[in-house]
Order: sequence, then structure tokens, then C-alpha cells
Amino acid sequence: MKQILKNRLLIFIGLFAIYGIIQILLSTNILNDYYEINIVLMGINIILAVSLNLINGFTGQFSLGHAGFMSIGAYTSAIITYKLGLSFPLALLVGGISAGIAGILIGIPSLRLKGDYLAITTLGFGEIIRVIFLNTEYVGGASGLSGIPKYTNWTWVFWMAVITVVLIRNFINSSYGRCCVAIREDETAAESMGINTTFYKTLAFTIGAFFAGIGGALYAHNFYIIQPETFNFMKSFDILTMVVLGGLGSITGSILSAIFLTFVYAVLQDYAALRMVIYSLLLIIVMLFRPEGLMGTREFSLKKLFKKGDESSEFTVN
Amino acid sequence: MSLLSIKDVSIDFGGIKALIDVNIELEKGSLTGLIGPNGAGKSTVFNIITGIYKPTSGKVIFDGKNVSTKPYNNTKLGIARTFQNIRLFKNLTVLDNVKIAEHIHVQYGLLSSFIQHKKYLDGEKSQNIEAMNLLKIFNLDKHALNLAKNLPYGEQRRLEIARALATKPKLLLLDEPAAGMNPQETKELTDTIRFIRDKFDITILLIEHDMSLVMDLCEDIYVMNYGKIIAHGTPDEIKRNPEVIAAYLGEESPDESEILSIEGGA
Repeated sequence: MKQILKNRLLIFIGLFAIYGIIQILLSTNILNDYYEINIVLMGINIILAVSLNLINGFTGQFSLGHAGFMSIGAYTSAIITYKLGLSFPLALLVGGISAGIAGILIGIPSLRLKGDYLAITTLGFGEIIRVIFLNTEYVGGASGLSGIPKYTNWTWVFWMAVITVVLIRNFINSSYGRCCVAIREDETAAESMGINTTFYKTLAFTIGAFFAGIGGALYAHNFYIIQPETFNFMKSFDILTMVVLGGLGSITGSILSAIFLTFVYAVLQDYAALRMVIYSLLLIIVMLFRPEGLMGTREFSLKKLFKKGDESSEFTVN
Repeated sequence: MSLLSIKDVSIDFGGIKALIDVNIELEKGSLTGLIGPNGAGKSTVFNIITGIYKPTSGKVIFDGKNVSTKPYNNTKLGIARTFQNIRLFKNLTVLDNVKIAEHIHVQYGLLSSFIQHKKYLDGEKSQNIEAMNLLKIFNLDKHALNLAKNLPYGEQRRLEIARALATKPKLLLLDEPAAGMNPQETKELTDTIRFIRDKFDITILLIEHDMSLVMDLCEDIYVMNYGKIIAHGTPDEIKRNPEVIAAYLGEESPDESEILSIEGGA
């Protein structure tokens, strides 16, 4: 128990150090606005990738509708702050919850389907959500909502990303999370172990959608403007690419690849014509040499790094 | 009192009658075998008991209640099973395989797992201890952190039984536990099955093709052929039952025996 508290304190100090260093670099303008935009984008992408990994990587339910959940979070949070003039933290929470509710509503009917069929259904749901926003005058229709106050900054993004990663990690390491992983491994066996597979699939879908909604809310308050086109299926594919590249079933993999791909995307901005070619080539190369993704299903951990070859100490019964 | 009774169960798959008026009674604490040629309907009986299939007519009563059509509810009632083709969670550790099966007895809520509350830590600790104790019984504790897919075949079979027992069942269904095992492994398995019946005080129903195992282990045997129960009795009765011999070896036709005797004489 003491050891656990000590570890938690160390992790918190480490995180605070990372936060502090970047915050100082930003406020002294050593890292200018260009960097800030991309660093914030990295944080948002981490939230999106880790939450999609819970659905696709850990529970094994192939979802292509993540941009849809993101857009629900983005629009509802924008309504809260821009239209109703309420506070940003409330907007984040409501954005997450409304996306989570959408996750339940979409999950219950569609999670009876498997594999390709589920992928197509979720793709369809993502598009339906986009078209609904496209045809709603209240949120600006095709031209979207503009003039959303800019509340998203390094502080918000960093701590929301930390909360997302910690909560999803904790979920996966619990008995409930193991049920989700069991469904990925063998649904029939999981069911005969007493696991209500529909419930746990919907649970994973809901938690994933909730954090996608928060990611969307942060996104909306970073760019002043949101349009339905931003959240088309290409956005879902972008998030999926991060998850697959990092490794289906590895949280640290998703974090690394979200950072890496956002970085590559930003660097290639100067070569507009070649950007997609280089980006695609990069993905092909990684998939050829590491088809399981950068991390596979493994997690990066400092403990393992320091205690190499001493694996027996990791687990003791008493 | 019988723990499980299958009463006049029939099931059709699009006109094919897979089971016809099957009646099976299992006494509490008994060790019963279910044998028969391939395609006789043995696995279908398992799938009916666990709720994967719904019978067309008849009913299955377990511990005084009708079984559900949802397999996970039946596990909660106390029915656990293994599979003919091993269905472990291959890419997870041996320990996690058992811990997943312990989930129906989980002692902490979803919220305490999100924040890793003390309840979560205590619950995980007791899950670990229980799982390790179970693995020790099956001599798998040294593999606790290995991936299930890396175990040798015989140990995968044992792990599947251990995992089924982690749900704390009243009735354990074993689908061909000795399939693919050599005689030495089969012998060990026989001892293991007898041991768990006594140690865990449960009822066992097993499907098996290995006659030596069935005759050695089971007190009561049901024989199936073409979806019907053709015989029921003790191993000795079954060995002498002409219908069973016919089902397994085919009927002796007089012409054939004549030909054989001529050939033998020549």
C-alpha cells in the first residue's frame, strides 16, 4: 500500500515537471504560437486515440465512428459556452456526457454485429451525425459555428489527456476491463465465463465515446470555428491510423503514435503536394516492418526499464 | 435430489432432428459420462444445458430453475464448461485467464476501479490469491505470467478446467477433456478429474471418446446415437449392452461372418 502511494506520488511529480517545463517554454515564448497549436493538437489526438483504442484495441470492436462522437462533444460544448454563455469546464463535461449517451444509443443496436458489419454500421452512424449537424440551422449548417471562445490551452489539454489516460488505464487493469479484453480474445468463451458481452461492449463504447466527446470539446475551443466537414469519416480514419500504428491494445503505443503523427503532419505542412504521399509511405513502411504496430499489445513502463531481467519480482502473491 | 434434469428435450436445425426426446438426470456429486459416435448430438446437449441453443421442445431444469437462454446467466447459476477445441484467452497470461473467470464474484465496483480505490486494491489482491491457489492445484502456478498460447497442449487443457472452476460452479461440463492427449496425460487427467470432484464437491458431466477414461472414471454413463439416448447405466452394463456395441462396431451381418470364416479357413 505504501509502495503504491509512493509510486503514484512519483508519477504525479513527473507529470507536473513535464507540464511545468512546457508551460514555461510557452509563456516565455521560446516555443511560439505555431508550436503551441501543434502541442495542443497532440494532446487532443492523444485523448482521441487512447479512447478509440479502448473500443478497437482492447475490446476488439472495430468502430469507424469516432469522429461522430467527437463532433457531438464539439457542438454541444460550443452551444454551452458560445450560445448559452456558460463556463468551459461545464462545457467539457456536458460534451463528454452527451457523446457518451450517443455511444449507448448507437452501441446497443449495433454491437450485436461483428467485424466488418460493425465497422460499416459505425461509419454510417458517424455520417448520420455529421449530416444532422449539416442541416441544423441553430448550429450554423454547412458554414458551421464560428467565433467560439478560445479556452483550450496547454493546461487544459495536458490535464485532460492525463485524466483520460489514467482513467482508461485503470479501467483496463480492473476486473471490468479484463472482461472487455476477454471479449476481444474469444467472445464465446467470455460469455461462458459469465460475462454479459453486450453489456461490456456497450460499456467500452460509452467510455470511449465520452472521452472522444471531451476531445471534441477541446478541439472546438481551440480553433474558433467548427464545421461538419471537419468531422467526416476521414477524421475517423486519422484517429484509427494512430491507434493501429501505435498498436491495437497498447495505451502507450497510442500516445506515442498520436505525438509522432501530429508531429509528422505538422512538419510536412510546408510540402503540401507531397504531404499525403510521404505520410502514406511512412504508414506503409511501419506496417510492413511492424504489422502489430509500434508497441503491439505491450506497454512501456519505467519499472520494467529499470528492472530488466528481474520479472519475478513483478508479481508476488502474498 | 437431482441437480440437473433434462426432460424430453428435442431440437431441430432446419428439419434435421439433432436431439430427439433426450432425458438425462444428474445426481448431486455424481460423475457422469456421455458417449456416442461422432455426430450423435453430445455437444448439442452441452449447448442446450449452457443456453447456447434453445430446445424446440422439452425443458432443462438446473438446481430447481429453468436454465436461461443466455449463457452468462447460466454461469451465474453455477454451470461451467470447457470446450472441445480449446478456447482459452490465448494472448493473455495464465493468471489473467483465471481472473477473468473470477469476475462474476468481483468485490469492487466500476467507480472504485477508475480511481483505484482501496476496495479495488483489496479486491485485486484477493482475486490474485484465489487465482494462484487454483493454479497451484493444477500445477500451473509456475506459468502464471506466461501467455496461455505458449503452454503445452496438456497444460492448456488443464488451464481450461482451472478457468471453468474459477467461476465456482456446481456443475462442470467437460467436452472431450482427453482429446489429443497421450496415455500418460490421460492417466493424469483421470486423477485430476476425480480429485476436483472430491475437492470442490461438484457434479461433473463429461463427453469423451477415450473409453478407458470413461469406463475408469464415470459411475454412470449415457450413450447417444443419432440424437437419441440409446442406453443408460453403469460402465459394466454399458459394456455388455448389445445396442451400444452395435452403435460403435456396426452390426454383425451373417453373410459377412460367413465370408470371414471361409477366408479364415482357406
